[in-house]
Amino acid sequence: MTTQERAIPAPAPNPENQPYFDACARDTLLVGKCDACGEYHFYPRRICPHCLSDQVQWVAARGTGTIYTYSTMHRGVPVPYTIAYVTLDEGVSMMTNIVGFAPGTLRIGQKVRVQFRATEGGIKVPVFAPA
Amino acid sequence: MTIKGKAYIAGAYEHPTRKAPDKSVAQLHAECARGAILDAGLSKSDVDGYFCAGDAPGLGPMSMVEYMGLKVRHVDSTDTGGSSYLVHVAHAAEAIALGKCNVALITLAGRPRSEGSSGTQPRSYGANAPDMAFEFPYGMATANGYGMVAMRHMHEYGTTAEQLAWVKVAASHHAQHNEHAMLREVVTVEDVINSPLIADPLHRLDCCVVSDGGGALIVTRPEIARSLKRPLVKIIGAGESPKGQMGGKVDLTYSGAATSGPIAFAEAGVKPADIQYASIYDSFTITVIMQIEDLGFCRKGEGGRFVADGNLISGVGKLPFNTDGGGLCNNHPANRGGMTKVIEAVRQLRGEAHPKVQVPNCRLALAHGTGGQLGSRHVGATLILERE
Repeated sequence: MTTQERAIPAPAPNPENQPYFDACARDTLLVGKCDACGEYHFYPRRICPHCLSDQVQWVAARGTGTIYTYSTMHRGVPVPYTIAYVTLDEGVSMMTNIVGFAPGTLRIGQKVRVQFRATEGGIKVPVFAPA
Repeated sequence: MTIKGKAYIAGAYEHPTRKAPDKSVAQLHAECARGAILDAGLSKSDVDGYFCAGDAPGLGPMSMVEYMGLKVRHVDSTDTGGSSYLVHVAHAAEAIALGKCNVALITLAGRPRSEGSSGTQPRSYGANAPDMAFEFPYGMATANGYGMVAMRHMHEYGTTAEQLAWVKVAASHHAQHNEHAMLREVVTVEDVINSPLIADPLHRLDCCVVSDGGGALIVTRPEIARSLKRPLVKIIGAGESPKGQMGGKVDLTYSGAATSGPIAFAEAGVKPADIQYASIYDSFTITVIMQIEDLGFCRKGEGGRFVADGNLISGVGKLPFNTDGGGLCNNHPANRGGMTKVIEAVRQLRGEAHPKVQVPNCRLALAHGTGGQLGSRHVGATLILERE
């Protein structure tokens, strides 16, 4: 397992996305879903990016998905860390970090599950680990 | 309506500095402006349109028009990151075609090297940037964003680290002849893949340089261009296209070039096979492979094989690219490579590139930029230029 995890910088929420971070505090991952066109979207917003309807809902995601791509930053940082896009089972992909894996073992298509990590300053954000 | 033949690039200037701790950003902009105006054989009072992007200090055109003492009747501060200056050339041609200005000045300058900028540090654009809260905590910098693109390209198409390295090798072959280039040493594929891993799969030599400097262009109407003593470089096609995460339908296998390229080729009435020289945005080696595919120089997924074995080296391969050494070796002023892409295409069409890299009788050139981040949001911008 990786020995040390990077300290995660805090996000700066705004009034539109505050409910997402409120849900993170309860270890719940929210995505956007539109009642008008039926499509999921991410990052979640209050206007559907697919049809511009304002009939959008916050929906709790299952919290499982697969790695679409990833890259580990090795240089110029205090602790190496891995950024990734994870495609959720709901069909949308989100940027995140992958944690809790042995170096050299990650692969595209690997199944992962959400965890929540406190950032510097306390706000929690979703990260993913091998399922 | 078309911009084809409505405007010409009459002046081009690349600042020779690569590190400018003793100059201000406004000063660099103005030095570039002066260089391009002199190159065209015009004077400051001829300039009646001014174009700049987010690298311009203060409030863009408001600050810089005053600093340079310009008297203009048209301004445009469209910012699409490093591709802004290709967009500006197209927008200047549009403005000229509509009679909004006669002589457009476009400037770029910055000093990220003196200010300690690095491609491994995440940049925050503040809480109002709608995507920032969902990306900043994860350490989305420049190098790992492009690393994710390269990783997916390798997975989908079997692209190899060696193929990525060939892009850098070709750039270094060109840079050896450029006295201003930051990195003039010719490197091998082994040098690239043995350089330290920055953000896998990208090594240090897969990444562009960080440099101070800048550049400027003059775009003008046909009658004025013909009255000047410089070779005629005609703008015959342009396209611009933003691409992002598409509401979560993320697909990193193609770029905005897949849209902007066909628009530009259709307007110009030429095909990729007609292009004799290409300036291709080279923030990273993967950027070049992606854009070569999307612009139609080869089929999607074959970019790695296309760039291998020196195919991008002038005098050796089928598609001479970035004969100044590009962002990978020469210069990446203000972390924005679009201006130098246009400038080297102009040099090639004028026959003013270094003799060792000059494409013989170069009549048709393409310049393409990718501004922003290939791994998240970017704007692709394509220009097609013809020597008249």
